[in-house]
Amino acid sequence: MSVLIDRHTRVLVQGITGYQGEFHTGRMLEFGSQVVAGVTPGKGGQRIHGVPVYHTVEEAVRETRANAACIFVPARGAKEAALEAISAHLDPVVIISEGMPVHDVLQVVEYARRSQVQVVGPNCPGVTSPGQCKIGIMPNHLFKPGPVGVVSRSGTLTYEIVAGLTSRGIGQTTAIGLGGDPVVGVSFTDALRMFQDDPQTKVVVLIGEIGGSAEEDAAAFVKDTMSKAVIGYIAGRTAPPGKRMGHAGAVITPSEGTAAAKIEALQRAGARVATLPGEVADLVRDVLGEVTQ
Amino acid sequence: MKLHEFQAKELFAKYSIPVQKGTVIENPQQLDGLSLHFPLVLKAQVLVGGRGKAGGIKLAKTPAEAKQHARAILGMQIKGETVKRLLVAEAAEIGAEYYLAFIVDRGAGRLVAIASAAGGIDIENVARTAPEKIAKVALDPFLGFQSFHARGLGGQIGLGGALLTDFVKIAAALYHLCTTEDAELVEINPLAVVGDRLLAIDAKVIIDDNAVFRHPDLPKNEELTELEQLARASGLSYVELDGEIAIIGNGAGLVMSTLDVVAHFGGRPANFLDVGGGATEENMAQAIDIVARKPGVRALFVNIFGGITRCDDIARGITASPPPVQMVVRLTGTNEEEGRKILQAAGIHAYLDPEEAAQRVVSLVRGR
Repeated sequence: MSVLIDRHTRVLVQGITGYQGEFHTGRMLEFGSQVVAGVTPGKGGQRIHGVPVYHTVEEAVRETRANAACIFVPARGAKEAALEAISAHLDPVVIISEGMPVHDVLQVVEYARRSQVQVVGPNCPGVTSPGQCKIGIMPNHLFKPGPVGVVSRSGTLTYEIVAGLTSRGIGQTTAIGLGGDPVVGVSFTDALRMFQDDPQTKVVVLIGEIGGSAEEDAAAFVKDTMSKAVIGYIAGRTAPPGKRMGHAGAVITPSEGTAAAKIEALQRAGARVATLPGEVADLVRDVLGEVTQ
Repeated sequence: MKLHEFQAKELFAKYSIPVQKGTVIENPQQLDGLSLHFPLVLKAQVLVGGRGKAGGIKLAKTPAEAKQHARAILGMQIKGETVKRLLVAEAAEIGAEYYLAFIVDRGAGRLVAIASAAGGIDIENVARTAPEKIAKVALDPFLGFQSFHARGLGGQIGLGGALLTDFVKIAAALYHLCTTEDAELVEINPLAVVGDRLLAIDAKVIIDDNAVFRHPDLPKNEELTELEQLARASGLSYVELDGEIAIIGNGAGLVMSTLDVVAHFGGRPANFLDVGGGATEENMAQAIDIVARKPGVRALFVNIFGGITRCDDIARGITASPPPVQMVVRLTGTNEEEGRKILQAAGIHAYLDPEEAAQRVVSLVRGR
């Protein structure tokens, strides 16, 4: 099992004819994802890695029965692409695009809420269910199927931690990159709820960072609802207040966002929090009660 | 991007939000010949908070007094920021003070309108100590902010009659400004009663950095240091810190974590630099150039987990722009073997384990 996407997911790539769209469509196909359609307005009729390209999402869905979207459209066109995908009831809609204006994101998440569609991102690496499907840009070789759910606001830090798990023989059900923007679709709490309900997921790794209070909200959910173990890691313990650390959402404000507050909230909720990223896999191994070779 | 008060007030005027009559000066001589009526208020234009307590806001009843204050405030340091400009405005006889803002609420994923009768003080304090004094409404972006929202908020904070009519107009204008100019925060604190009207005495606007492309006329970002601006122009995400170990990595989370790991082993990071996804040889060379320019840097730590970013591109960037200080490189991921070979040929060892590499760079700086 997995969450959000599985072997039945039929992926439609918006912006498939662009440099990133074309490159990552190839990687998704290599991973084993069913990429069934691409959309680039004005470029319908082409094929990218054998995948047919359409002018509109509606047409693509009619022809290919696509049921999930992956958006590579540059930031200035990403809102319209996302609204089009939600309008066609693709689910999930994964927005890889970086740099979307926050007022655009507000419209996208509101329309998604209304349409009961799950949006992942924007500014995210995507979703990977090893052995089943990948939507997005996470490197293929890092993953292996197994019992750990991974949810994170960061890309490469997720790769680092997943590589640590896989090298110890510990696989993953699904890894979800939520995205580094201040407002995103699927939240930590949403992801925890999915992992809690997924029978194959035994342990959840939550990789947070400074900014906002999504980790604190997640901690409340862990305390009140989760029966599964949660291992945390929070980046940005040494980040100064008021500075945006790369991600639009990674900024400590006078009222919220410090790593210390997030770590404390998670620990109080019963999660174990690693000090170094390299410790996460060991904590997971301890929880799973496995012995490495 | 945070705007200065005078820039925010220029936007207010553009959207017909009433502000005091005033002008901006950069030296005391510019006070001569201003057609403003005394008393005047002189306000330091800085982006940090707490300027009032620091002596950055003064009232002047006479031209001599204004000169004296201007000389004192211009050039003053407020929390490390030098005062380069003064906003000089006609002082207002202030009655009751209110608060009004539109803020992107990250957790709710909505724009929220906030109003309070406890204006003139830090709204965070009000929220903590007297939350009942704050009225809020979360907005649907497809419905927008309607006058019934404004009437509701105004009523909840005790406004009626002509003041309520004023408030409804100002709130509508402020919402229009927020969405049209792509602000993540617009705030009037205080929104004060002057005579029988409401007037925006202070103004705070933060523009969404991601939306700057839609607003070519906005003033330039003054929050960034010279090196930070240079980095931004090169598509690199760079933040100056006060340590001695320069850090370059790929991906914001990984770089933040690298700073933490270096600090954990006793090092002091000199900066945050994310070369971004899919960084090229040129990006990497530029990154090295930028971090090495900061005075006090004694070593460089490069931590790369290749994904879209290819280790061979990174290695070529490193060899093309060798840093003037000692360097420790950790390299793994896409095209790792090629990357290692390129570095090896240049006599550079690449670590595989990030923690081992972090310990190494810390020990280099400590001279062990």
